[in-house]
Amino acid sequence: MKVLRDTWLIFGRYFGIFIRNPVWVALGVLQPVLYLVLFAPLLVPLARTRGFPPGGAYNVFVPGLLVQLGMFGAAGVGFSLIAELRMGVIERLRVTPVSRVALLFGRALRDMFSIVLQSLILILIALPFGLSIHPIGIVVVLLLIGLIGLLTASIGYAVALAVKSEDSYAPIVFTSALPILLLSGVLLPMSIAPQWLQNVAAVNPLLYAVDAARHIFNDNLTDVSVAKGVVILVVLSVVAVVFGARQFGRAVA
Amino acid sequence: MEGAPPEAVIETRGLRRVFKSRSRTVEAVVGVDLNVVRGEIFGFLGPNGAGKTTTLRMLATLLAPSGGTARVAGCDLATQPATIRERIGYVGQAGGADREITGRTELVFQGRLYGMSTEAAHKRAVELIDMLELEGAADRKVGTYSGGQKRRLDIGLGLVHDPELLFLNEPTTGLDPQSRARVWEEVRKMHDRGTTVFLTTHYLDEADALCDRVAIIDYGKIVAEGTPEELKRAIAGDVVTFSIAGDPQRALDLVKDQDFVRESGVEDGSVHLYVDRGEVAMPAILRLLDGAGLQLMTVELHRPSLDDVFLRKTGRSLREAAA
Repeated sequence: MKVLRDTWLIFGRYFGIFIRNPVWVALGVLQPVLYLVLFAPLLVPLARTRGFPPGGAYNVFVPGLLVQLGMFGAAGVGFSLIAELRMGVIERLRVTPVSRVALLFGRALRDMFSIVLQSLILILIALPFGLSIHPIGIVVVLLLIGLIGLLTASIGYAVALAVKSEDSYAPIVFTSALPILLLSGVLLPMSIAPQWLQNVAAVNPLLYAVDAARHIFNDNLTDVSVAKGVVILVVLSVVAVVFGARQFGRAVA
Repeated sequence: MEGAPPEAVIETRGLRRVFKSRSRTVEAVVGVDLNVVRGEIFGFLGPNGAGKTTTLRMLATLLAPSGGTARVAGCDLATQPATIRERIGYVGQAGGADREITGRTELVFQGRLYGMSTEAAHKRAVELIDMLELEGAADRKVGTYSGGQKRRLDIGLGLVHDPELLFLNEPTTGLDPQSRARVWEEVRKMHDRGTTVFLTTHYLDEADALCDRVAIIDYGKIVAEGTPEELKRAIAGDVVTFSIAGDPQRALDLVKDQDFVRESGVEDGSVHLYVDRGEVAMPAILRLLDGAGLQLMTVELHRPSLDDVFLRKTGRSLREAAA
């Protein structure tokens, strides 16, 4: 099938660019590792507070870190796309018969791969700190974080194609990412938040992703919140990929 | 197919494009009718902002027209853009090769995008590298290329699938004269192989030297179309350009009603006269100026160029319009 072949081709191109700069993987993991080392210890006494979810400080905090990695690790993807717009690469690709879906999906899959790799590294680093997780849980949580990466990257590309300049892209993406992050319970669980804040957070899809990730880490794979988190992310990712592909198909003047 | 009427590779009727933004609506292309015949080099000439690139991008399926119809490479632009993409090549102004990737990798990847197997794409890349004399550069990153090498690679990317129609957007802008001549050579080679070439330029000498036919676009409308010879012939005779110390209008008033002057005007502080025969007009002009006590600063007699065609059709010189 043409879409699959083209997606594989586009993925191959951007994967090739990616592995030539492995230092980005290390830099991407560095920030969550700093949180793990310099911030997570503060949570250990807090984990005994009433309302704090079960599982201990690391099993509550690491899932949040992973979601944050999935989102912020992919939020910057638009910068490389804007550079390519400027070099005429995107126009050159768009004038070939290559599938428009592949133009987006192939790239976003590469970003997804990079996020999953970084997440795996983070989990392995966190294990000695007292994180505990079942191997099947690791697989499921990597899928979940990968979906967050796919979703964020697709949105990032769509925004980059629409605004076409770094100066507009950076404030749009990072300004919208911050409230989404704060309202997802990444840093501290939303269960200890006042009711009004919980109500606001309830419309944030990332909240359900964090919730799902925490249940996975506590070996509650069959909990409904896991399925809920995955389904929400799958649906949003499909919408974002279709939307992003349409942006590629449409004129980029 | 001797005797058959020439086949149109591009045929547009009333092609339009409007750009809307919050504050205003810009009609970039007002209504373009074009016929480009198979095998010719067609030059699309005009100042920056005249609608050249917009027209080109519409014909290359990159931009949806706001109105009008077009057939490109035998297909309807509105309903068969996918088939058109298989048949055309397009080299944009920026080129389109990634600076961080080698030329060979880009050529192979481009071939794969057109459905070639990896082996076929490698083989084609070798052919193109040889043809465009990029042997020394092919395995270096594109970012290290000279302007001329980069441009030849860009053209190679457009030729990977041996398209029947190639669009070149300002192929020699920013190149040194030597690289420019090299690009012309490649365009002529494509022409010899039977490829139809549609190029935009704001260099009149380029259109003159390279193109079988040209169309001049200004403010989104075609103002002249034909072979360079036809267009120049439409300005009969010769062109005399001179300047005086003082108000050029005085000199213009003095000479414009003479029998030998067909058309006249002031441009860039110089008087332009279109005359039947330069050798007759020149002494007469000098006598008139001398008799009126006007001091001549510069005087020039030349055969009409496409620049004169442009000036005549738009009332502005191309250089001024491009500035």
